Amino acid sequence: MKPKLASILVNGGLVVVSAIVAFPLLWMLSVSFMAQGEANAFPPPLLPAHATFANYRELFERAGMGRYLANSLAIATALTLLSLAFNLAAGYAFAKLKFGGRERLFATLLGALLIPAQVAMIPLFLLMKWLHLVNTYGGVIVPGLAGVFGIFLVRQYAQTIPDELLEAARIDGAGEGKIFVRIVLPLLKPIVVTLAIFTFLASWNDFMWPLIVLSDQHWQTAPVALAALSREHVQDNELMMAGSVVTIVPVLVLFLVLQRYYIQGLLLGSVKA
Amino acid sequence: MSMPRAGWAFVTPALAVIGVFFALPVLAAFVLSLTDFDLYALADLKNLRFVGLQNYVEVLATPLFWKSLLNTVYFVGVGVPLSIAASLGAALLLNSPLARLKGTFRTALFAPVVTTVVAVALIWRYLFHTRYGLINFALAQFGIAPIDWLGDPHYSMPAIIIFAVWKNFGYNMIILLAGLQGVPQELYEAARIDGASAWRQFRHITLPSLRPVLLLVGIITMSGYFQLFAEPYVMTRGDPLQSTYSVLYYMYEEGFMWWSLGRASAIAFILFALILLATRALLRLARRGEAP
Repeated sequence: MKPKLASILVNGGLVVVSAIVAFPLLWMLSVSFMAQGEANAFPPPLLPAHATFANYRELFERAGMGRYLANSLAIATALTLLSLAFNLAAGYAFAKLKFGGRERLFATLLGALLIPAQVAMIPLFLLMKWLHLVNTYGGVIVPGLAGVFGIFLVRQYAQTIPDELLEAARIDGAGEGKIFVRIVLPLLKPIVVTLAIFTFLASWNDFMWPLIVLSDQHWQTAPVALAALSREHVQDNELMMAGSVVTIVPVLVLFLVLQRYYIQGLLLGSVKA
Repeated sequence: MSMPRAGWAFVTPALAVIGVFFALPVLAAFVLSLTDFDLYALADLKNLRFVGLQNYVEVLATPLFWKSLLNTVYFVGVGVPLSIAASLGAALLLNSPLARLKGTFRTALFAPVVTTVVAVALIWRYLFHTRYGLINFALAQFGIAPIDWLGDPHYSMPAIIIFAVWKNFGYNMIILLAGLQGVPQELYEAARIDGASAWRQFRHITLPSLRPVLLLVGIITMSGYFQLFAEPYVMTRGDPLQSTYSVLYYMYEEGFMWWSLGRASAIAFILFALILLATRALLRLARRGEAP
């Protein structure tokens, strides 16, 4: 094949595929600014005749979307900050602190990755009920405080820290806690960002567990509330698209800003085989 | 503080969380699956009875369970190969030395992965609309009559599969792209000198080099797809004619609509066993393929 033709095929292919992939998201944005009922037409309009914020106004003033977004933000932020503390400490210890049974313990943890989270959900719901955490932020946050994947990610990265550095600090008489805070944490900064964005996105996008544990509207996260709203407003496409926009845009922006860290984590997490 | 003691102090908080909120519930789920835990037991534990394997027997005798299992296997069996093929195609395009603006294209193709399933499922529910949906509009340009995507039991699962491929292919694309970049360039150069066509290079160099990566993404994707839930919940509620009712959807309804928590736990364990079996089968298949 001629190089020029091949180049057109490759780049043309990329343009077409990217356009198809991006189209639903762009269209969602366009429909969210349409007047009520405007999108229920054939052929479907690509752009609003007169752009309006009416759907967003209704979403926040009547459907209470502000409250749900605040719930999502509070839960995802708290979960991210708290789980970082648990996973960083454990991941570092599994990489650099020697203690009896460490390898076997870590292998057991990795084995637990095979078990789908849903297996635990029913007893977990009963446990949450017993702890009076159903319909509280805690009901979503507490079970996610530590996770095998996070520990694994930190361990992978922490293994690159040179032992001599830690030994030198020990000889200088520094305690393990001080070494962790003063020497290790600064070195782990890239993986901290990676794990933070992973946790935040996973928590924001999570659906099944919040659906189960947050049945009271007052505490629902944006995806759970959006699903309930869509069952009431099956025909209000413009309103639903506005709801999708406000749910997706925060995570999409976060991803675009921190993309490099996200992709790095994805690759680091997939080399376990 | 000595090193072993420090090590334990560092891992104990995380282990405690995983133990109490994951390991313990998993064990409890097994015990629960052997009881008739329901609304009455929820009110008063005295109403709880040990029933042995009765839940498993009952679930396996329920036509709706088999229906949900068949639907899930359909989703996995068609969805996983399609997703991986899309990922591989996109990765090959991005990896081509001729491709420009790689970063921009990569971001555009990856974006659906980070979006919220519920929110994008709503977009697709609308795209698949029989009368106003853009997909039918596009098909009409080729003379294809409108399809009742989410209302016809023959098309509902394909619609969900198309949505899932769009949502997920970017994840494996990144992993496969890294795999492609690891293939030694000398191999291609040698093949080119020998006059091997692009297709032969792909068949005899690219695919064999990607084997371990493909196996990895196959296992990850398969176990993820077995956990189909949010898509039918938002797009079809398991309908039409329960054609998109998945195993997890069944578990959710048994557990949290009807409060048959014992039965729901049994369903969860059946799903777990299924995922393990499918993973083993995939590994065995890969090993057999390796032998010359």
